[in-house]
Amino acid sequence: MELLLSGKYKTLIVKIYGELDDRAAKDVKENVDRELARTGAVNVAFDFGAATFMDSSGIGVIIGRYKVARALGGKVIIYGASDTVKRIIAMSGIGDIVVVADSLEDGIKEAALNV
Amino acid sequence: MYKNNMKIEFTTVSDNERFARTVAAAFVLELDPTIDQISEIKTAVSEAVTNAIIHGYDGGEGIVTMEGSIYDDTVEFAISDSGVGIPDIRRAREPLFTGKPEMERSGMGFTIMETFMDSVDVESEVGKGTRITMSKRLK
Repeated sequence: MELLLSGKYKTLIVKIYGELDDRAAKDVKENVDRELARTGAVNVAFDFGAATFMDSSGIGVIIGRYKVARALGGKVIIYGASDTVKRIIAMSGIGDIVVVADSLEDGIKEAALNV
Repeated sequence: MYKNNMKIEFTTVSDNERFARTVAAAFVLELDPTIDQISEIKTAVSEAVTNAIIHGYDGGEGIVTMEGSIYDDTVEFAISDSGVGIPDIRRAREPLFTGKPEMERSGMGFTIMETFMDSVDVESEVGKGTRITMSKRLK
């Protein structure tokens, strides 16, 4: 996992490398929550472009970050997900509360972060 | 007629979630699965094994067993623990139900297993353990 800050959009970009399972979910949760508190970012954008696997633990961590971002007045974006990951996202219904996009630019537009 | 069987046992360490799904993926390679089918099997196995590790022994130590069998073009995996058991299987299988809401679990595990496999059976007895058996035909 790599964390980048987009100050312009007050967005923490979380690049997931490899597998987002129960074990990795704990790391993502701790690091993202810490960086949100430290940087003043309010939105979280998950980049799944380099992710090779996600199970329901990933859904749990996304829902958890949605709650944190919402409390800060922010939003959650997911982009670059594979078809299997998209199916899991669709199954879980979290597509109703987070923005699922093909690219970060599309996600930012759809979430209307620059309005 | 192609037949094969395997069985592995491992402790309830979360690293073994990856270990188990990697073994499952390697086991089905003989059947020439598609990339999508491998992803589906890995995800379903990961859900069952994660359940056993997180819920089976309530965070404590224990042994999880994974058995795999192939019969013609159908693969079956059975993941079992000798842990606390599930008091209400029907409720546990409901989408979004989680026995551990404080842990940010999504409650999607069984829904994912049911969607990605052809059949999922759950046998459980409180205080004795849980066994999840799931199969998928790879055409």
